Amino acid sequence: MANPLRSEVVRLYKNLLYLGREYPKGGDYFRDRLRAAFTKNKSVQDPEQIKAMIARGEYVARELEALYYLRKYRAMKKRYYEE
Amino acid sequence: MSGRVLVGVKRVIDYAVKIRVKPDNTGVVTDGVKHSMNPFCEIAVEEAVKLKEKKLVKEVVAVSCGPQQSQETIRTALAMGADRGIHVEVSGNDYETLGPLQVSKIMAALAKKEDAQIIILGKQAIDDDCNQTGQMTAALLDWPQGTFASEVTLDGDKIKVVREIDGGLETIKINTPAVLTADLRLNTPRYATLPNIMKAKKKKIANVKPADLGVNLTSKLEVLRVEDPPQRQAGMKVETVEDLVGKLKELGKV
Repeated sequence: MANPLRSEVVRLYKNLLYLGREYPKGGDYFRDRLRAAFTKNKSVQDPEQIKAMIARGEYVARELEALYYLRKYRAMKKRYYEE
Repeated sequence: MSGRVLVGVKRVIDYAVKIRVKPDNTGVVTDGVKHSMNPFCEIAVEEAVKLKEKKLVKEVVAVSCGPQQSQETIRTALAMGADRGIHVEVSGNDYETLGPLQVSKIMAALAKKEDAQIIILGKQAIDDDCNQTGQMTAALLDWPQGTFASEVTLDGDKIKVVREIDGGLETIKINTPAVLTADLRLNTPRYATLPNIMKAKKKKIANVKPADLGVNLTSKLEVLRVEDPPQRQAGMKVETVEDLVGKLKELGKV
């Protein structure tokens, strides 16, 4: 069991769960898919592979932050700025 | 020269929520509705934290006026990088009538008490759209103001502010201490991620009552009625220009 990486994986999971609450298609939708994605790779042992997957998870987290920011920016721009 | 920045943050109904007017037309439905930090306040917090990261200011203090739940908004500001928070407790009827005049009196009193150099606020709140608190605070303190700031540069003991105005961009230089209000393009606020929120739990939020600051909260405004905007009328389609002219004549427009 890749023990030091386990805590990183758990931390990533909690992070994504928290970020996914605001997902436009619904927090439940996101949570179900998040859980499916993590359980699918449950049996992976190779540390390199795990690290690569963690990196991909962090990429998803950054993409979510960008999505939320853009949504908010566009909404504010539309409401408050005459084009 | 304390190098302290005071940032005002307001708890408002989340920008993405569909607003519903109460059946008795006295206000909007707020119970059970998702609330979050005013988007312009997020930009204000981000600017203050950026100033601290550039080591141009020493401390960022987040302030919010409202009931218990306002503490969540302060926690978000702390998670974004503010050092400590001040929760000015206002609840019940006082909170219903809390407006820019009262908040600016509170901010002015706090600025003096905390010896702040800069106050940064959002330019307006998305619930009341007053766009007054920053300006009133500056007037009460007799400080210069840089409103609708889309770029802020500290230059010695002065601040260079690029303001978004109708005609384009205006650059001004003001003395410190000063009040700034954040416009949409000032910066990109960081997201308060879970690890940051956990870290922020250790930061302190002080509890203050408006009476402690010597502020009178009575409002001279009374909300008479709140109603939905008029429903948009469906358009009519016509086949030819003659039809269009005929319809316009019918409606008495031509």
